[in-house]
Amino acid sequence: MIELDDTDRALLRALAEDATEGAGALGRRLGLSQPAAWRRIRRLEDAGAISGRAIDLDREKLGFGVTVFLGIKLAAKGRHGLEDFERAISAIPEVQAVHHVLGRFDYRLIVTARDLPDFERVLRRRIMVLPSVGEVEANVLLSQERRPGPL
Amino acid sequence: MQTDDTDRRLLRQLQAAPEAAIADLAERANVSAATARRRLDRMREAGLFRGPRAVIDWDALGYRVEVSLRIAIDKTVPGAFDVFLEEARKIPEVTEIQTFLGRVDLRLSVRARDMADYQRLYRDRILSLPHMADIEALVRVATIFERESLPL
Repeated sequence: MIELDDTDRALLRALAEDATEGAGALGRRLGLSQPAAWRRIRRLEDAGAISGRAIDLDREKLGFGVTVFLGIKLAAKGRHGLEDFERAISAIPEVQAVHHVLGRFDYRLIVTARDLPDFERVLRRRIMVLPSVGEVEANVLLSQERRPGPL
Repeated sequence: MQTDDTDRRLLRQLQAAPEAAIADLAERANVSAATARRRLDRMREAGLFRGPRAVIDWDALGYRVEVSLRIAIDKTVPGAFDVFLEEARKIPEVTEIQTFLGRVDLRLSVRARDMADYQRLYRDRILSLPHMADIEALVRVATIFERESLPL
């Protein structure tokens, strides 16, 4: 596991917010030379602390006005039930994320749709038709914020 | 702003490879580099996308436990949401906060080093958050998949 000092943590916080700046500009803000900042970023990437880069799309502006978090409890358990469900659910383009969880539900899904009727179509025709799906709970996303986390 | 097929093609490529050079994105979207640059600049200015940002791998940093806390707020208290959110933002282990319309009002995603660390976090910080009517935890076992891509 990688050991972080305060400068590493500051770099990670800054990069998690915005990675468009170069090592030079970022280093200047944190009191590092360009090569020193570059070396540290490189080390964080090599150690796997940064797993990659992501673009944040404005879903609403791109016509996807509805995001729903779904909790799903499977009706049929057993290994085949899980595998079949995972395979089928991953093939639905509107499904953005699938997490296997422990608790009141078996799976946590994030689904995006153009509007509520579009969401209803995805839910009824793509998700509810899967044979292993039992109980489903839908919560419509109103707002979302990402926090820096334990850095 | 309105997007056309070319814009959406570029966004699809950008989502798939946020770090790719403009020239590569242009080639994959079948447009010239100048067109790609102009269109991406325009879409960025219009706020259609932000980033790239770095994705932190919490597991690699030793935070192996991820818990999704589903919370119902006591809505009889005026301003309960705002007070709750303000306090939740002070907990460093919180990585995401969402609000919902549904049975659940709020969701906090939290990261802990292990179950003992989670227990401490849950008892000392989470349970002392104000105006909670109900709380329920879903512990992540595995991420089956996550895609940062809209079906554009």
